[in-house]
Amino acid sequence: MAKVLMKGNEALAEAAIQAGCRHYFGYPITPQNEVTAYMAKRMPEVGGVFLQAESEVSAINMVYGAGGAGARVMTSTSSPGLSLMQEGISYLAGAQVPCVIVNIMRGGPGLGDIQGAQGDYFQSTKGGGHGDYRLIVLAPSTIQEMADLVQEAFDIADEYRNPVVILGDGMLGQMMEPVDFENIQKRKRDIPEKTWATTGRGNREHRNIINSLYIDPPVLEKYNYQLFEKYAKAEKNEVRYEMINCEDADVILVAYGTIARVAKNVMNIARREGYKVGLIRPISLWPFPKEPFEKTVNTAKAYLTVEMSMGQMVEDVKLAVQFKKPVYFYGRPGGMIPEPSVMLEQIRKIAGGVK
Amino acid sequence: MAVVFQKTKGLTDTPFHYCPGCTHGIIHRLVAEVMEELDVLDKAIGVAPVGCAVFAYDYFSCDMQEAAHGRAPAVATGIKRVHPDKIVFTYQGDGDLAAIGTAEIVHAAARGENITVIFVNNANYGMTGGQMAPTTLIGQETLTTPYGRKAEVNGYPIRMSEMLSTLEGVAYIERVAVYDVKHVMQAKKAIKNAFLAQIQKKGFAMVEVLSSCPTNWGMTPVEALNWIKDHMEPYYPLGVYKNTLEEVK
Amino acid sequence: MAKVIFNEDLCKGCELCVNACPKKIIEMDLSKINVKGYHPATVKPENMNKCIGCAFCAMMCPDTVITVIK
Repeated sequence: MAKVLMKGNEALAEAAIQAGCRHYFGYPITPQNEVTAYMAKRMPEVGGVFLQAESEVSAINMVYGAGGAGARVMTSTSSPGLSLMQEGISYLAGAQVPCVIVNIMRGGPGLGDIQGAQGDYFQSTKGGGHGDYRLIVLAPSTIQEMADLVQEAFDIADEYRNPVVILGDGMLGQMMEPVDFENIQKRKRDIPEKTWATTGRGNREHRNIINSLYIDPPVLEKYNYQLFEKYAKAEKNEVRYEMINCEDADVILVAYGTIARVAKNVMNIARREGYKVGLIRPISLWPFPKEPFEKTVNTAKAYLTVEMSMGQMVEDVKLAVQFKKPVYFYGRPGGMIPEPSVMLEQIRKIAGGVK
Repeated sequence: MAVVFQKTKGLTDTPFHYCPGCTHGIIHRLVAEVMEELDVLDKAIGVAPVGCAVFAYDYFSCDMQEAAHGRAPAVATGIKRVHPDKIVFTYQGDGDLAAIGTAEIVHAAARGENITVIFVNNANYGMTGGQMAPTTLIGQETLTTPYGRKAEVNGYPIRMSEMLSTLEGVAYIERVAVYDVKHVMQAKKAIKNAFLAQIQKKGFAMVEVLSSCPTNWGMTPVEALNWIKDHMEPYYPLGVYKNTLEEVK
Repeated sequence: MAKVIFNEDLCKGCELCVNACPKKIIEMDLSKINVKGYHPATVKPENMNKCIGCAFCAMMCPDTVITVIK
């Protein structure tokens, strides 16, 4: 097990290269700059292409062209940059172009700041671009998991012919942790050949067209249904989550990404104080894991969702719990990190002193 | 009886949707004829814009991608970086290239991206009903300059060929027109050179084609051709603005 | 002897060919309407012998209506 100590941003870039990504188009934005710098150095070493575009708008459209031409392609950015990419992402989903998009989130809205945050949950899971489309959104909480999920993301993208988003945050991007690239955890899949890619006809009889324009409404309607059959398959097969100590839990913490690590510690502290506390950690933010809530809603007293935002995933938690039990929220926006002490206080209050 | 002129294999069987007398149809044919004559149809990958030519992917008989408005040069860059040995071209209008897509075209040229750009300048946004474009002339009436374009309100038309030809990465830029047979022949030669620039890996190539818009200019197709000659050409002088091609014997 | 063939159903009646023909033998066929509802361009049989096969008409046609043989 050859572990290497690596910064999150660089680990995700190396993972992409090991997944066979040979085309990366990006643009400078803190706190993900190390991804572009790493790709600029590494891609030439593996015969790949690194290109810094003139804007995120251009970068995502380069991804569109490269993905449509059959390449495994990636871009990475941070919150404001992903806002600029939203039109391109709608086109990528509409034309069914596979690619991986990494968002190392930072404080918002607007220019915001450069600390890690989670204020872009809605943007990626509810669709920040126009039209009915879905993105498969994966949220790692450790650097090892980020390396695993990046590799999985390329396979998912190719299997579903759809963009996949890796939703990290500034902390995950900037901190260093040991990573083992040798036994990456990823599912065995049979990925179809990209017979649809624009590679030049050669002696191919039909023309390959990458397009999302369907000017005739009944045709576009049918096409939307077709896309949603694909999303239904993803809802069935691509749900990922972690559940800890939930069987006897009165209060269940719900958190994703780096803040889930803080929640895990708080759970242990609370357990030591005698409170029965569990943790549900969604890993796929879309498709959102309903199952862990169905399994616990009859036994748990309440849920406490913790986010580095003003509360976005909490709405999906409420939808999953369907008002059968109370869902509380504690969050801090602007790149601030929710306090363990405050979480404990809330747990004590929610548990009503019941031990 | 030998065939003197027939439809090129570079075009599919889909009839054009363009308005009667719109010279998009001529320009499409020239691009298709050049690709056929250079024998690159099996290697060509085109990028269609958003605008009147949004359906171009139905017309060229090669692989095509439909780009978002203004992003064709970026899409083409993505394709070319994946398939450097293929012939990648964009077909764009003036709203697409000179307005929303200015950054994309400028940086594709600055990068010397080895692609061929066909830039159709008809001095307005055709598809959406004839609004002012960056290339609309001073005094020209459009849907959004009903009293004629005024410089103090909407600034001056942009000469893209001259602007881009200052960039190092540019290998070939020529401005042509298609208002009569002589100019159509000249346009075809320019388009061939722009594809040769890519084949010879010289860098970025573009042909700006002054084109008509009878419907939105409110003229007959023949009057519209004359309008190009009398009004557009003086402001947009024809000619080669950069040429680093090796002489093709 | 040259000959011009019009794929009449593609014609949109724009008359660019009429304008381009150096021999002025192309006209709009007012005796018929094509599938698009236009009078298609044509050369009357009695004028066909004046055609010199220069294909100017075909080069100015925006809709690939015209084939020229010689």
